[in-house]
Amino acid sequence: MGDSPPNPEAPSQQQSSSRRSSQVSERQRSREPSQSQAAFPDEGQQVLLGQQRGSRGSRLSQDFRASQINLRWSQGGNLPEDENLPMYQAEEGGMGGMEYQPMSAGFPMEFQTQTYLDESGTQAGEQATSLMQQLQRLQQGQGGFFQQLESPAYPGANVLGQFSMYQRDDPQFMQNIEHGPYLRDDPALQFSPSELGFMNFGTEMPEPEPRELAVQNAKAYLLQTSINCDLSLYEHLVNLLTKILNQRPEDPLSILETLNRTTQWEWFHPKMDTLRDDPEMQPTYEIAEKQKALFSRSGGGEGEQEMEEEVVETAVPNIMETAFYFEQAGVGLSSVESFRIFLALKQLVEQQPIHTCRFWGKILGLKRSYLVAEVEFREGEEEAEEEEVEELMEAGEVVEAHGEEEGEEDEEKAVDVVPKPTWKPPPVIPKEESRTGANKYLYFVCNEPGRPWTRLPHVTPAQIVHARKIKKFFTGHLDAPVISYPPFPGNEANYLRAQIARISAATHISPLGFYQFGEEEGDEEEEGGAGRDSFEENPDFEGIPVLEMVDSMANWVHHMQHILPQGRCTWVNPLQKSEEEEELGEEEEKADEGMEEVEQEVGPPLLTPLSEDAEIMHLSPWTTRLSCSLCPQYSVAVVRSNLWPGAYTYASGKKFENIYIGWGHKYSPDNFNPALPAPIQQEYPSGPEITEMSDPTVEEEQALKAAQEQALAAAEEEEEDEEEDEDEDLED
Amino acid sequence: MDAESLLLSLELASGSGQGLSPDRRASLLTSLLLVKRDYRYDRVLFWGRILGIVADYYIAQGLSEDQLAPRKTLYSLNCTDWSLLPPATEEMVAQIAMVKGRFMGDPSHEYEHTELQKVNEGDKVFEEEVVVQVKEETRLVSIIDQIDKAVAIIPRGALFKTPFGPTNVNRTFEGLSLSEAKKLSSYFHFREAVDLKNKTLLEKADLDPSLDFMDSLEHDIPKGSWSIQMERGNALVVLRSLLWPGLTFYHAPRTKNYGYIYVGTGEKNLDLPFML
Repeated sequence: MGDSPPNPEAPSQQQSSSRRSSQVSERQRSREPSQSQAAFPDEGQQVLLGQQRGSRGSRLSQDFRASQINLRWSQGGNLPEDENLPMYQAEEGGMGGMEYQPMSAGFPMEFQTQTYLDESGTQAGEQATSLMQQLQRLQQGQGGFFQQLESPAYPGANVLGQFSMYQRDDPQFMQNIEHGPYLRDDPALQFSPSELGFMNFGTEMPEPEPRELAVQNAKAYLLQTSINCDLSLYEHLVNLLTKILNQRPEDPLSILETLNRTTQWEWFHPKMDTLRDDPEMQPTYEIAEKQKALFSRSGGGEGEQEMEEEVVETAVPNIMETAFYFEQAGVGLSSVESFRIFLALKQLVEQQPIHTCRFWGKILGLKRSYLVAEVEFREGEEEAEEEEVEELMEAGEVVEAHGEEEGEEDEEKAVDVVPKPTWKPPPVIPKEESRTGANKYLYFVCNEPGRPWTRLPHVTPAQIVHARKIKKFFTGHLDAPVISYPPFPGNEANYLRAQIARISAATHISPLGFYQFGEEEGDEEEEGGAGRDSFEENPDFEGIPVLEMVDSMANWVHHMQHILPQGRCTWVNPLQKSEEEEELGEEEEKADEGMEEVEQEVGPPLLTPLSEDAEIMHLSPWTTRLSCSLCPQYSVAVVRSNLWPGAYTYASGKKFENIYIGWGHKYSPDNFNPALPAPIQQEYPSGPEITEMSDPTVEEEQALKAAQEQALAAAEEEEEDEEEDEDEDLED
Repeated sequence: MDAESLLLSLELASGSGQGLSPDRRASLLTSLLLVKRDYRYDRVLFWGRILGIVADYYIAQGLSEDQLAPRKTLYSLNCTDWSLLPPATEEMVAQIAMVKGRFMGDPSHEYEHTELQKVNEGDKVFEEEVVVQVKEETRLVSIIDQIDKAVAIIPRGALFKTPFGPTNVNRTFEGLSLSEAKKLSSYFHFREAVDLKNKTLLEKADLDPSLDFMDSLEHDIPKGSWSIQMERGNALVVLRSLLWPGLTFYHAPRTKNYGYIYVGTGEKNLDLPFML
């Protein structure tokens, strides 16, 4: 009987009819792999309906107890109604479950039957068609069974069935988990020994028809596994189709190949054990731990007590407020990142004796970026560290000086006096004192919030001068060498500091009137017009309206000193001798006389308005905008530097702030021209004693020889004449 | 970056410092949606922002079904009204080769430069100085095209090619793994392959033709023109181009989020060899 639920795992059933239907299912199942490109979802639902009507109870899921199976087989399909109903339900669930079971419970059969009927030209299709007709005949013959099945107990079940299947899907699926999703389609595994007894009847069955044999062969072929893996094509396809049906992607045909690959990948890469750590994520977790430390409150987390204390003023500025204003301007890091930076600054303030602190900005690098904080130490605190640093540097210089002197002495002692080089290195311009000029602030950098802050050394004028000549990317490691021509005196930390100094000097601006000069000092003239270099906040400052700020550049002033070409903010005459220079030799005095007088370099004084800044290629070096043109009442004024791309300033009412986020390079409309190497030096002075003389030519030699011979001849004649004279004298 | 995930994308790309203000974001969300409807694009990308002296250009691109087909570029000055730009041609590239300096921000602004051109007058051939004017719009089109061809990138596996022809978005792309994300070879140029045919057969044998049909970043000249960084504690990989500074590509490994944005002055960094 075709309608009696054939167990798909037991191809050899007692009844031939059931066998046939099972073979139908097998064959259809075997067709299913080759039809993997059929569109399931579209026809699935229609087929479901058809199948529910057509082959109700024609399948069983494996989780039905064997007794039920036996019952059904023994009864040959004439099932009592009461048994039918639970089976109906179970089958219904089974149908639903079987759709989603990855087991080879013949689940694709229902879906495929319809399509197979539609197919032509394939033998399988024809066979299926003929089988289906047989099946239908059988079913009609056993109409009673079907009527039982289609009893009005579940009148709308056919329609609801499809939907209810989804609900039952999970429990059904869950039930199947105990059997595992990848169970083999091995008949022997499914049956308890008691059932196997039934298989003995198989020996009484007639020989399988050639079609059935072909189906069995096909299935066996699909079930085979290679020596490389345990997965057979059959199982893989079952997995694939289950996945598609579970996820129901749109247009699965177009993504079939990727799904195929993913399914295969998943088989070989099962989800890791929860006990084992994912090695890839280790560094991520470590960094997260470090950042978590930022969030813990200092001094032990006695939360409630701390709340009662007064809010202490901290040197850390209100980064979030600044970030908000810059966000209005479209600049800045995300608010999450800003908060982390705030916490990192807080950490810095706790570690170092800091008086004021500011977030200067972010400099991007190749491997890592730098977050820069501009701080001022409390009075007297920084001297200790400063001295250490200076001692190191002086020690270095002294060693070098000694080295040079020794070298010179050796040369003098040599037998052949080697000509002394006439080149003298240009005098070293002394760096500025801390808290003045370019070294007014101290800078700390870190790569990421959570990492320790590193202090940058003070900048020397030589470094600034060289930094102006080169253009290099920052790598992100402070001790990386800066390979360039002219060779940069220092490593990346120095180069970074030099660029920070340049950027600060060029782009730190404030609204006019925010800062004012202190009480006037009378010795302005004596300083030679060097200008005042100190200012203080103006307590009476009332903000300039935003629109005015945007309109005119005269409303903004620089509040950082301009760096002179010398590399310092205040000019120092390099010819003034310092103690070290006198040691180097007395020849310098003579050299001094020959040198021209160096002119004093002057730069624009402090607090000059931006309107006086030099232009780049006829363009203003600053661009101003209102942050939001749609609501000018509440927008902030934003100034963007065209000379240093990445430098932004905002001003709103009494507040203003500068920030720099960028690569750390100046903008130049022309291409960068590296400095040419110095001209080749003269090795030695040329004088007559070492100048090569040209050898006389042959003619000259002959002429000389002839002249000599003539002279000789003339001399001989004279002698002869004299002799003749003498002889004549004697004769007489 | 996809217009659909604009907010998240902007948040992830904010490491480079330049983003958009809230009012711009709000207007972009609405206007890009309307652009998609009006022009019937499959996907709309917010390409970025070119900073000009007077005003900024906001650029968007629309894609059709085939992801590798030429993209349509639109620009706007206020993120609300978008105008379609003509496609780039070789002639345009030649024209703007002489133009240097910043963008002005006014699409009708004309750059002038003098050129010596040979003029035939009868029998005489002499050179005359001709003032050539190039419109800023042409320059805009050409620069966007150059940037696209040079540095627009996508991760490997984000697009796939079918034998039917068109290139599709790979919906099963789950993101690169951490180890893959740090390699330059996992990123491809978002354009037709130029270099692929020159690979040796051995190299081609390792490629997967459905995924590896674009040029990877490994062989970009000059070498080292990409900076790969992990930000946010290894949770985000950011690639920045050094040839066109301002282009940021971000990808959160093991997730589907990726995208690129260009915020910059629109000038090529010709000093790159000196700077590395």
